[in-house]
Amino acid sequence: MNVKYMYSLLAVIVLFLVSYVLAGTGTAFKVLFGIILPYAALLTFIIGFISRIMNWGRSAVPFRITTTCGQQKSLPWIKPNAIDNPFSKGAVVVRMFLEIVLFRSLFRNTRLKMKVGPKIYYQLEIFLWAGALAFHYAFLTVLLRHLRFFTEPVPLPVRLLETVDSFFRLEVLYDVSQFGLPGVYISGLVLLAAVIYLFLRRILIPNVKYISLAADFFPLFLIFGIAFTGILMRYVAKIDVIAAKELTMGLVTFHPTIPEGLASIFYVHVFFVSILLAYFPFSKLMHLGGIFFSPTRNMPADTRATRHINPWNYPVHVHTYEEYEDEFREKMIDAGLPVVKQPVEAPPEETEEKE
Amino acid sequence: MSDLLKPEELYKTDNRPPRTDWMDTPTEIRKGIACYAGNPKSLEYVGFPNARQWSCFDEDWQLPENWQEIIHEGFKERLEKFRSFKVFMDICVRCGACADKCHFFIGTGDPKNMPVLRAELLRSIYRNDFTKAGKILGRLGGARPMTLDVLREWWYYMFQCSECRRCSVFCPYGIDTAEITMMGRELLNLLGLNIDWVATPVANCYRTGNHLGIQPHAFKDMLEFFQEDIEEITGVLVEPQYNKVGADILFITPSGDVFADPGTYTCMGYMMLFHYLKEKYGFDVTWSTYASEGGNFGFFTSHEMMKRLNAKMYAEAKRLKVKWILGGECGHMWRVINQYMDTMNGPADFLEEPVSPITGTKFENAKSTKMVHIAEFTADLIKHGKLELDKSRNANLNVTFHDSCNPARGMGLLDEPRYVIQNVVDKFYEMPANTIREQTFCCGSGSGLNAGEDMELRMAGGLPRANAVKAVHESKGVNTLATICAIDRAALPDLMSYWVPEVEVYGVHEMVANALIMPGEKERDTDLRGEPLAGMEDADE
Ligand code: HEM
Ligand code: SF4
Ligand code: SF4
Repeated sequence: MNVKYMYSLLAVIVLFLVSYVLAGTGTAFKVLFGIILPYAALLTFIIGFISRIMNWGRSAVPFRITTTCGQQKSLPWIKPNAIDNPFSKGAVVVRMFLEIVLFRSLFRNTRLKMKVGPKIYYQLEIFLWAGALAFHYAFLTVLLRHLRFFTEPVPLPVRLLETVDSFFRLEVLYDVSQFGLPGVYISGLVLLAAVIYLFLRRILIPNVKYISLAADFFPLFLIFGIAFTGILMRYVAKIDVIAAKELTMGLVTFHPTIPEGLASIFYVHVFFVSILLAYFPFSKLMHLGGIFFSPTRNMPADTRATRHINPWNYPVHVHTYEEYEDEFREKMIDAGLPVVKQPVEAPPEETEEKE
Repeated sequence: MSDLLKPEELYKTDNRPPRTDWMDTPTEIRKGIACYAGNPKSLEYVGFPNARQWSCFDEDWQLPENWQEIIHEGFKERLEKFRSFKVFMDICVRCGACADKCHFFIGTGDPKNMPVLRAELLRSIYRNDFTKAGKILGRLGGARPMTLDVLREWWYYMFQCSECRRCSVFCPYGIDTAEITMMGRELLNLLGLNIDWVATPVANCYRTGNHLGIQPHAFKDMLEFFQEDIEEITGVLVEPQYNKVGADILFITPSGDVFADPGTYTCMGYMMLFHYLKEKYGFDVTWSTYASEGGNFGFFTSHEMMKRLNAKMYAEAKRLKVKWILGGECGHMWRVINQYMDTMNGPADFLEEPVSPITGTKFENAKSTKMVHIAEFTADLIKHGKLELDKSRNANLNVTFHDSCNPARGMGLLDEPRYVIQNVVDKFYEMPANTIREQTFCCGSGSGLNAGEDMELRMAGGLPRANAVKAVHESKGVNTLATICAIDRAALPDLMSYWVPEVEVYGVHEMVANALIMPGEKERDTDLRGEPLAGMEDADE
């Protein structure tokens, strides 16, 4: 049995316990989890992310290898599929936009069914698409909502997002000092549910389980941990939000402080986010940047109309026509094929043969 | 081939992976799946390294002393030269969307034939050798060191991928496992690990211009046979031109069509079409014995070899001073022409932007590469009413169309051949939607896997295609599988006789020629295959 996810689960549990216990022991560790690690993580993220992107950028793009997923532009009366077989840069932008915003390729997903017969069926399988979309949008929403902790005053769009995202909210007026009964944010719950779904499919679908690495479970557990501690703080532990914002604003303004009275669970939350940030550039999470660099998607399929330049194109040995004719000249002449050079010093016997 | 499993034995409905983790499941190289090693003479002829007599079934592969270093350095070089390779190594999230999209996985049930795992075979080494996370996390991060077992695994699975790109259509990031396979094969080739069905055609193409090693006079002989057949069937003598300096257009098609049935009928189709156009419109086209191979077996082994073979097309066009090049029905040949040729061997500034001399249509989409696909060319002729066609001569054919992988996913040539087919036959039916157009399934024998010794792999890999043909065979009575690829024409007849025995394989231009009313022809009573036409069954032999 493969228990690869156990390593990652264990790692996240250990990280949880360590940070929870240590954050309760005194200011020194609060400084570590609340100030030092977040800064370090953010720095790692930024430098790591940029260097990965630059590293990709350094590699050449020798050929235009667009995967075409629709009719090409050819004869004027044949309708091309402008998005899936993009002929212009603009069309590529549309294609990429739909990939990134709607996960369009994933929407094509099918599930194989093999029955006796032999008969093979392909069923539409939109769960991965829906789950991944829910996951990413929930994550994005949560991320944007958190801007409230890093801005003062909170910009209108962030406040609007909060309003849209929440329901059962009792107070109508936003007031930094008065939270009342907090609204329930849909995004947090969706994020949690989506992460659970992604985890379950990873252990329940045999093929997906087989291809999963221990490292594939780690971000799932970590994000689960982030969402879980977040929800805990908000609805159960009810931490002191004013203090939390004091800390986060301290970080943004480079006057970091450790306010009194913040529960340990808050430090765990921040620690988990720090780990995710630091882990990001070294992991598959870089698909965020990578999708923009994917040569099968980000180039127009117009190579026959516009020449693509390969920066390292080098001359190669080819078998020239002259070499070819030299080898086969007699046979070509015999067969009545035109030749460029007549045999120069043809021995007399051969000339006779050619009559 | 006698020990090939029966279809009911080969077909498995349960594709669940084994209990041991893939890194712990050793690779057993099996007969029927693996291809024979490349002939050292062929490798030497084109200057490939480490040529030697060896076999993948041997214990000792006689590798060069420093093979690990060669792989490492080769890997590094390719990461720098190909952004595709680097990005694809980095960003896969193992979501599994590609897993059941590969015909080889569907057919063999071997989990390492899931595109994602095929890529992981290389990715695991990449992580170990080139990433920090891999070095720190080791196996937890999916890294493992390069060993002999890994090398065997590479060999085995890089030659169970037909570079069809179906996986790339479904991947949310467009990860193209074909690209990874191409890199894997390049690396193997550095160690002299090649298969003979790639290595020998490569050497032949290099020397004689075509993959079967047909020498110039024999090439002409072959076409002369076809001339006789055509004359017998139609009463018209067609006269192809060879190596003609100053012709308007150079025609290049895969040599498979010159040599083996049923591709030969497609070749006869081209000859008849060109004759028709010459008689009616003064069309001036030449064949070349030097560039007598459209297909590019170099593509299946390295980018460099692809370039070396492809160079002949432009070189010959330049030498013959033609205006532009017309390309025949072929799959990977067209991926190379469409996505590589101009970049590798261009600019083709000695040619003119292609214009059909008959209709005046400008092929704007080919204005830089200056090579036009014959399906584009013929579709344009038909649209302009330039061909006199008698569909009834194809009345016995109940047709479906197999999109070849490369024209579909490396080009998007989907509606042109359909338009042509529908103008030359009456009965045309599409296979199920998930098996055609950009989602088409490979014949199972592409990218040099069309050998005899890996028949089990080919029949398994072709299963999804065959199954879709079977669906329309049963529901619509389809008896004809039309293709625009020479490898298809070589591979699909075997596949059909294995899974759907009542279906025959045709090239599109064979059907065109059946329908084409040649100037001065006699009343035809057979098709190009010598089979009686519909309603002519009682005619004299
Ligand atoms: C920019 C476009 C993006 C696309 C198209 C995309 C797409 C996907 C897809 C299809 C999955 C597969 C789900 C699975 O593994 O089962 C996935 C996983 C994931 N994505 Fe994204 N993603 C994008 C950006 C991001 C961003 C910005 C993040 C930031 C956190 C992110 C985080 C993740 C994580 C953590 C997973 C792992 C889920 C798992 O392991 O199962 N993605 N993404
Ligand atoms: S679909 Fe793409 S991201 Fe998903 S497992 Fe396959 S290659 Fe990886
Ligand atoms: S390119 Fe085709 S054969 Fe290769 S892994 Fe992808 S789907 Fe399979």
